[in-house]
Amino acid sequence: MNPFFKKFSEKFIEGLLMISGTVTSLTVVLIVFFLFKEGISVFNKKAVEEGYVIAVNKSNKVNSISPEDIKNIFDQKITSWKDLGGKDSIILFRLEDISTYFTDEQIGENFERLPACISRVVDSIPQIFAFFPEKYMDKNFKGKEIEAGKISFNTFFGGKEWFPTAQPAAQLGAKPLILGTLWVSLGAILLALPLGLAAAIYMSEIAKDKVRRVMKPLIELLAGIPSVVYGFFGLVVIVPAIQKLFNLPVGETGLAGSIILGIMALPTIITISEDAMRNTPRSMKEASLALGASKWQTICRVVIPHSISGITAAAILGIGRAIGETMAVLMVTGNAAVIPHSILEPMRTIPATIAAELGEAPNGGVHYKALFALGCILFVMTLVINLTVEFITGSKKYKKH
Amino acid sequence: MLKLESKQVNFYYGSSPALKDINLEMESNTVTALIGPSGCGKSTYLRLFNRMNDLIDNTKLTGEVLIDGIDIYKKGINVDTLRKMTGMVFQKPNPFPKSIFENVAYGLRVNGITDKQFIEERVETTIKQVVLWDEVKDKLKKSAFELSGGQQQRLCIARALAIQPSVILMDEPTSALDPISTSKVEELIHELKSKYTIVIVTHNMQQAARVSDHTAFFYLGELVEVGTTKKIFTNPTQEKTQNYITGRFG
Repeated sequence: MNPFFKKFSEKFIEGLLMISGTVTSLTVVLIVFFLFKEGISVFNKKAVEEGYVIAVNKSNKVNSISPEDIKNIFDQKITSWKDLGGKDSIILFRLEDISTYFTDEQIGENFERLPACISRVVDSIPQIFAFFPEKYMDKNFKGKEIEAGKISFNTFFGGKEWFPTAQPAAQLGAKPLILGTLWVSLGAILLALPLGLAAAIYMSEIAKDKVRRVMKPLIELLAGIPSVVYGFFGLVVIVPAIQKLFNLPVGETGLAGSIILGIMALPTIITISEDAMRNTPRSMKEASLALGASKWQTICRVVIPHSISGITAAAILGIGRAIGETMAVLMVTGNAAVIPHSILEPMRTIPATIAAELGEAPNGGVHYKALFALGCILFVMTLVINLTVEFITGSKKYKKH
Repeated sequence: MLKLESKQVNFYYGSSPALKDINLEMESNTVTALIGPSGCGKSTYLRLFNRMNDLIDNTKLTGEVLIDGIDIYKKGINVDTLRKMTGMVFQKPNPFPKSIFENVAYGLRVNGITDKQFIEERVETTIKQVVLWDEVKDKLKKSAFELSGGQQQRLCIARALAIQPSVILMDEPTSALDPISTSKVEELIHELKSKYTIVIVTHNMQQAARVSDHTAFFYLGELVEVGTTKKIFTNPTQEKTQNYITGRFG
């Protein structure tokens, strides 16, 4: 072959490989950048519906008010300004309440004098809390518009309610979702780890080769089942079983999600920890047996300590799988966005929330951005998990050499 | 006194024979070297004495293997107790992923000894026995992997000695070691002879000549010749032995 052509084609292939490598890494960076750009911008958004304002009397000392408080005022859970740092009880004013203060004639046929009327109401009642469309705001408004419902870091992470379509102010507390995710994942790992470890020990140390050759592909097959099928199985089998067993009003609980996720995490846990255990040098096991140790003592005192980093990695990757799983969880956990008190309550996880709500969140709105922020939280969670795995498997190398 | 003995031992991996009709006797407080080319069955033979071959599926044994006149493959023999009587040292140093102290204490712990002071004393005496004490006394809590290969192998010998066996089986104990470490292990074998019966498999002819009292030459699963080391190396009766020890094959 022409040496020039040979050199050129080698360079060309090299270039192609470089491009595919770069494109892949760039894609990852772009996804993360996009996620965080959208997610973080939720903190500049107002929770109050677009085009509406909240106003109080000028004498009122309250200057800003959180989305949660707005909701509580409308639900009449807060009825006094004292709770918010002011004084006297609150008088709530919505646009439709205008008719109790003014007649239709005063407002005008085409609402042309409505802004002035609102302005007078707000000016005359010191305890007023007024909520009305921005277009009816008078040019020389005599009340005080207050900084209302900006979503802060604290309300997002500490808020106890996730009610993104609430009127007038969306409730964006991610706490129930974060807790739901953690509960379901923790339950899953508590179920899957003992079972998975037992299976791994059995396969690597006890089972005959023939048994192992049948079992291992079967377990690996578990990893290939689509998650929606798991969800369906959970819905038809596990959910009714839990409902009966614990005598609950509904079977869609965190426990159902944990069980399904546990089953889904099993193949990861079993394969990785089994591989780690099989990596225990044969001579090390023989040395233990030659000292008069029983098989079980050898497993507990030599095989498991030797493969502990692999087992830890297996457990963590299992958790990682459980945290990110969407469809199966969405189908069986009941999706109630309240802070869970027991595993037998319906729960809602972060991925399930994103999957269920993204379709109905208006593009670019506060709800939409909040879902991206949830995505960021999830990303950080799994990132921490992956880094932990990296750290643990890395420290093993250090120990060996 | 007769310590180890095999009578008409045949051993099969599946259907292929690995040992054919082996008759061999080993006296107390002697070192017997098993030599022969790779695959001749010498390691398999060694592992009969602590029933390590039981771990391999699909094997068969006929004949008798005796320790102190007792057939160790007889029904009712407790394998764990038997293995406590026979310490084994392997080809490559294989310490456990534990501290130096715990490696030596392992055999005691798995045999149910919990007396802390007793364990500490035994660990110290055995490590001194293998002349490793001065090198490790300040780092007993450190991982055994931090030791050099030669130190690890001596630690493994100490580990085997800690349970006070009467027989020590060594499967090419120096094949992964440098010459200096090798000579240390060989010196150790000399010293241990007074207390133990030692069987050593080796590929190294000089080593067999240096450390052993008796030498047995295996070839293709058969015991070709056995005798005092001096006789085997100076005046063998079989031509095959002559050819092997002079390096014409193997």
